[in-house]
Amino acid sequence: MPRQTFDRELQNLLDEVLLLGSMVEQAMLNAIDAFKQRDLDASRRVYKNDEEINDKRFAIENKIIILFATQQPIAHDLRLLAAILEVITELERMGDYAKGIAKISLLIGDDSFPFPIREISHMGDLAVTMLHRALGAFINEDVSMAYRIPKDDDIVDELYNQIYRKSTEAMIANPQLVDHANFTMWIVHNIERMADRVTNICERTIFIATGELIELDYSDDEWLDEDIG
Amino acid sequence: MNDLIHGSRVEGEVLLDGKNIYDPNIDVVGLRQQVGLVFQRPNPFPKTVFDNVAYGPRLFGIKNKKVLEEIVENSLHQAALWEDVKDKLNQSGLALSGGQQQRLCIARAIAVEPSVILMDEPASALDPISTLKIEELMETLKERYTIVIVTHNMQQAARVSDFTAFLMINEEGAGNLVEYGPTEQIFTKPSHKITEEYVTGRFG
Repeated sequence: MPRQTFDRELQNLLDEVLLLGSMVEQAMLNAIDAFKQRDLDASRRVYKNDEEINDKRFAIENKIIILFATQQPIAHDLRLLAAILEVITELERMGDYAKGIAKISLLIGDDSFPFPIREISHMGDLAVTMLHRALGAFINEDVSMAYRIPKDDDIVDELYNQIYRKSTEAMIANPQLVDHANFTMWIVHNIERMADRVTNICERTIFIATGELIELDYSDDEWLDEDIG
Repeated sequence: MNDLIHGSRVEGEVLLDGKNIYDPNIDVVGLRQQVGLVFQRPNPFPKTVFDNVAYGPRLFGIKNKKVLEEIVENSLHQAALWEDVKDKLNQSGLALSGGQQQRLCIARAIAVEPSVILMDEPASALDPISTLKIEELMETLKERYTIVIVTHNMQQAARVSDFTAFLMINEEGAGNLVEYGPTEQIFTKPSHKITEEYVTGRFG
């Protein structure tokens, strides 16, 4: 069968994307864990390791440019390579979110005031699981899975809103907790954005399989109908 | 053979492993063993498949039947043609399809264990599927042989080669080397504007 060399290159590329994905999953889990344990050394490690995520992203991108130039990909091959470019960008941004959480942990430092650790942990686990399933769907071109995963984002958003309410109440009750509350919100904002970006990966999965570019946004329209006045 | 043409002359050198192949003292027969040639239009000899491949080794003095059989089978394997012809070794090489004939010519070139295989537009006379088969074959062969391809098909050059030389005609005449480099670099960020114009199809 012809183009075996090209097929091998594509397979290697997919392996690299999965590897990048697991680096990002690990970074987020490590960042949240380090925050929970107030382990500043672990936070520093997460912060520094982001460089490896960036390097791998650029290596994959570079490889794709070369494949575009030398292999004339069309049809499914073209959609796949174009989609990988988008996916690795999403993954790199998620890596930045993990790095952001590590940075906030370092800023919090020794602050001993309690944080909503259980909810934050739960959010983090959800977001990482969403990413893991999305990457599986991407590799297997599982379109129905790609449609289902973004619905879990509702749970993440709900947790985000809960934590937001609690933080606001805490700030009002005790203005000295403003910094503390802000740190909390930055952390959960990073996790919430990670879950949002998982949806983008699902959109690319659908694109590879069907050639259709669509927006998978389930929750946004609801608030438009609410009486804002 | 160019010296058969009235008025042809050679200036400069072509070095193979440091030796100038235009040196008057060069052993031409030895050179032809070292550099295999595959032409644009498949040109098997009007002989059997077996005799096509065995021709070169016989010329170099190999008479032993078993040794010849081994060489023929080995060469046909390397040329990805063995399965197609193993039961037809005594049929004429001209009875094969275009793509098969070309692979027979490759087997013929390989049979004398060259160090370089020179291919002149090896797939331009073939259909797209045969072309891709030949390209796939080149990927395997390049592990053992240095392959030099002359082609106008830029996509082919980009697909199969590791290094690309871009030659062009200019005021000084034909065949001026404009740029030479790793294929990846020539097709993603060529150093010369003319190369960029040519590979992007914006020339002329």
